[in-house]
Amino acid sequence: MKLFKILILALFAGVLIYASLDLPYRGDPDNRMHAERSINDTAVIGNYAIQEAYNDAHTPNMVTVILGDYRSIDTFGEQIVIYTAGLITLLVLRRSRRRKKS
Amino acid sequence: MVDFFTGHYAYWFTLILLCVGLYGIIFKRNLVKKTIGLAILQASVVLFFVSIASKWDATVTVIDKNIPVEQVESYLNPLPHTLMLTAIVVGVATLGVAFTLLIAIYNRYGTLDEQELLEEIQ
Amino acid sequence: MRSKFHSPIVLLGARLLSPYIMVFGWYVIFHGHYSPGGGFQGGALLAASILLIRVSGGRIVSRMQLREYFNTPLAIIGVFIYFLTGIVAMVAGGYFLDYGQLPIPGMEPYWLRYTGILIIEVGIGLTVMAILVMIYDNMVKGEDYG
Repeated sequence: MKLFKILILALFAGVLIYASLDLPYRGDPDNRMHAERSINDTAVIGNYAIQEAYNDAHTPNMVTVILGDYRSIDTFGEQIVIYTAGLITLLVLRRSRRRKKS
Repeated sequence: MVDFFTGHYAYWFTLILLCVGLYGIIFKRNLVKKTIGLAILQASVVLFFVSIASKWDATVTVIDKNIPVEQVESYLNPLPHTLMLTAIVVGVATLGVAFTLLIAIYNRYGTLDEQELLEEIQ
Repeated sequence: MRSKFHSPIVLLGARLLSPYIMVFGWYVIFHGHYSPGGGFQGGALLAASILLIRVSGGRIVSRMQLREYFNTPLAIIGVFIYFLTGIVAMVAGGYFLDYGQLPIPGMEPYWLRYTGILIIEVGIGLTVMAILVMIYDNMVKGEDYG
């Protein structure tokens, strides 16, 4: 049983390292994700956010503009997730009732 | 050859951290240690995404007065940082719920060991 | 965690540090526009300043700082601030959470977006602080049930 688990872990690590040989070099400015235009000649989100964030909201921090203005519904959903997690701790740990003997 | 190693070593360290987390989930018998393995796995995924967004000789994602904003090679890509803020907070909420369930299991069964729990449930 | 920790030095250090961590937490929330920070980070710092007294002082001492039944109303107020900003922007024309249509007089569109992001960050900070303290309180209270 333990040998089976060791085999699965080694196989998974091997598959991951084989998949990471094909990734682009880290920090290369010619990456596909740092490009100016995408393959279909539309604007890539990284460069659009760097160039237009100050004109839209007069805020020097680009991450806050993306989180609060371009993707504000994602942040709203995340607030609901935190609130639900807090409510779960309230509802799970209750005083257990006495079971009636029937 | 040296270029290949310098470009890829960050990914390999992150994968080793992921395998350490998986080892904790699969091989340990106590339930609290499995939860700690889950937390290590989430941290390694966050680290992988943030390490992708780097560029050579680039500065932080806050606009500087001296560097004009049209020069996009000197600012980091802000999109993975934004997504990972959400991922960190969701990880904290998941850990909170996991520990609450562990307290409820301990109150009901009296043990936190995996083998004894499987025998007591059946 | 219900009784006091048996060393008075730890309690003295926590009592001295806790107000300054809270002020730094508010600073991180409000300066999220000009430096790295924002709603989530400031909320975590505020929760840390309250949890320091809860861990080292016990239940009787920490009731003087923040009562336990204030956690749920604070969390609900945080979610409401976010939701009301969206509804007000939708009522005044435009889609949900469009800050360009907020009815504040005498501002250009980009200053309206600046103010909208600021209101949202305060709401997020309040919710994160209340929920992190509430998770700890319920876990301590639920230890002796069952």
